[in-house]
Amino acid sequence: MYRYDEFDERLVRERVAQFASQVARRIDGSLTDAEFLPLRLKNGLYLQLHSYMLRIAVPYGTLHARQLRQLARIADEYDRGYGHFTTRTNLQFNWSKLKDVPTVLGLLADVEMHCIQTSGNCIRNVTADHFAGVAHDEIEDPRPIAELIRQWSTLHPEFEWLGRKFKIAVSGATHDRAVVKSHDLGVRIVRDPASGETGYEILVGGGLGRTPFAAKVLREFLPREDLLAYLEAVLRVYNLEGRRDNKFKARLKILVHELGIEALRALVEEEFAHIDKARVNADPQEQARIAAYFAPPAYEDLPEVSRKLEDAQIRDPELARFVEHNLFRHKKRGYTAVTISLKPIGGTPGDITSEQMRAVADLAEKYSFDELRVTHAQNLVLPNVKLDDVAEVYEALKAHDLATANIGRITDIISCPGLDYCSLATARSIPIAQVLSHHFADPEKQKQIGEVSIKISGCINACGHHHVGNIGILGLEKKGVESYQITVGGDPSENYALGELLGPGVPAEYVPEAVDKVVSVYLAERQQGETFIETYRRIGLAPFKAAFKEIADVAA
Amino acid sequence: MAAVKRPPLPVILVANDLLEGDVVFATADGWSRDPRQAKVAQDDAAAQALEAFAAREFLHARVVGATLVDVELRDGAPVPRHIREAIRALGPSTRPDLGKQADFQI
Ligand code: HEM
Ligand code: SF4
Repeated sequence: MYRYDEFDERLVRERVAQFASQVARRIDGSLTDAEFLPLRLKNGLYLQLHSYMLRIAVPYGTLHARQLRQLARIADEYDRGYGHFTTRTNLQFNWSKLKDVPTVLGLLADVEMHCIQTSGNCIRNVTADHFAGVAHDEIEDPRPIAELIRQWSTLHPEFEWLGRKFKIAVSGATHDRAVVKSHDLGVRIVRDPASGETGYEILVGGGLGRTPFAAKVLREFLPREDLLAYLEAVLRVYNLEGRRDNKFKARLKILVHELGIEALRALVEEEFAHIDKARVNADPQEQARIAAYFAPPAYEDLPEVSRKLEDAQIRDPELARFVEHNLFRHKKRGYTAVTISLKPIGGTPGDITSEQMRAVADLAEKYSFDELRVTHAQNLVLPNVKLDDVAEVYEALKAHDLATANIGRITDIISCPGLDYCSLATARSIPIAQVLSHHFADPEKQKQIGEVSIKISGCINACGHHHVGNIGILGLEKKGVESYQITVGGDPSENYALGELLGPGVPAEYVPEAVDKVVSVYLAERQQGETFIETYRRIGLAPFKAAFKEIADVAA
Repeated sequence: MAAVKRPPLPVILVANDLLEGDVVFATADGWSRDPRQAKVAQDDAAAQALEAFAAREFLHARVVGATLVDVELRDGAPVPRHIREAIRALGPSTRPDLGKQADFQI
């Protein structure tokens, strides 16, 4: 786990003091609203429908117990007893008061946390594979470079006022769990087949929102030592060449689209050739210092199989279901990564109460070397649990309504806050998630349907990743009423794909039936062992469209 | 300055309290957190008066984002017509224990 050095500590404290003075000047009237707005956004503070909302960075989704406990304290003392984990692995508090924010930032600084660059036109919080460091299919833990990028991009003077926000994701595994291709810039750790050396594949120009694009490969293999110099070249080219005339055309994805990847590559390579690499690249000692923080914990030598867990599963079929759905294969024998679902049936995806935060913090300390992860699917992970301890962890989770066995299943729904909280929303998304969750609640039914993702956004900004949902739902407004467009075939993984529209939007009450139709087509058409997305790829859009039309015709 | 487009009458004035962020409603003599206390403007002159009040209060750094919201009257109390403003006046539809709906038992 990375620990702040004096430089990080001082920087964050100074930033808290600076924001406290900005708030004071806003309150006494010496800063106007227009002057204050970009300042508060730089500190993750939004104004939402009901209140201010504070967005707290969880760099590359890694948290430890002490931090989660502090978040619980803030939820209790300065908010309404809960928080919301987002698809960018940040935590949002929905009921912040401006006058309390400086105090809250101070409490965050006490546990090495902050809200810097969680908003505004700058390089945002870097996200990563949530199984980083523990996944069986990993070439290398991507968190040391995520941390390196975090340090490089934090308050980087040249990139503090970009044309638009800039999102970076990193992954070190063969299977993409970080939705790399939806980011402005993606870094994949790869092995050069010739030399066996590891280096980086760099992808650019991904994004969701109103004009979704899949990121394209800019550099197939970048030597390790050149990472920061190369990123600096990309950012500089974007900063100079990217459009600033139109907010909707200002993301890197539009530049890639308008210039073409070859032309962009030429510009970046030219810039890269001129950069003083020795100055920009991290020195190897510093890199080693950072990497040391992510050294594996003191694992024990354990057998591959846990008799204890196997016996417990025979006694308790619900535990067996949990083991089947919520465990992920660990690279270390005898250990597993346990995903804690924040998707109880009928709940708000990503919401967690302060009491649950404390319970999870206790479990992390007791069973997972004090470590936790936040996933882009709005769940939490205990990355280092002994198979022998799983039954106990499960019992403790159950006591706090955290043991829902549905990871990767149809009720593991991603949803943005939508019109219940968000001032940009065109429709509600949480109630849709809740209705669908109830609709598909039966565990046997979920098992039968298998792996499928539903992702819901309350407006075209796509914070709920609807474009890459196997089933995507987008809430819009049609003649003053909420209306939902449904897409199928989206895929966030290495087989990245954007979903295709089934037809016209339908009112909320028709959504469960429409999703039912889509699922029924899959169940009827699937071949042995096929998942939803595999069947879709084989049979195409037409059968889904035809089934949907029956609903759309009734709804129209 | 060009004339600002106004929603259809009747309207109320809704804003966020600068310090708290809470949604507040202009009343006959200030602001209230209770939507039922909102002063209802039935004609252009009354709507203009609300706008003037909004501009003043914004300058004095008491509220932000003040906007006129069209309402209908139910049992004498103003209820926003559009779903967005209705949710803003009550609280999250998924959390009846939070927001105005809970604070004022509406
Ligand atoms: C204060 C509330 C929020 C505001 C104002 C907001 C605003 C936006 C906007 C304007 C975009 C479109 C960017 C573009 O196309 O250039 C966007 C995209 C996105 N937001 Fe949000 N958002 C909010 C909450 C959230 C939440 C709760 C999440 C996570 C659940 C989230 C995650 C994302 C993601 C993943 C994208 C799409 C990726 C991209 O293209 O950047 N945002 N957001
Ligand atoms: S998708 Fe739209 S409604 Fe949902 S959080 Fe993003 S901006 Fe708000």
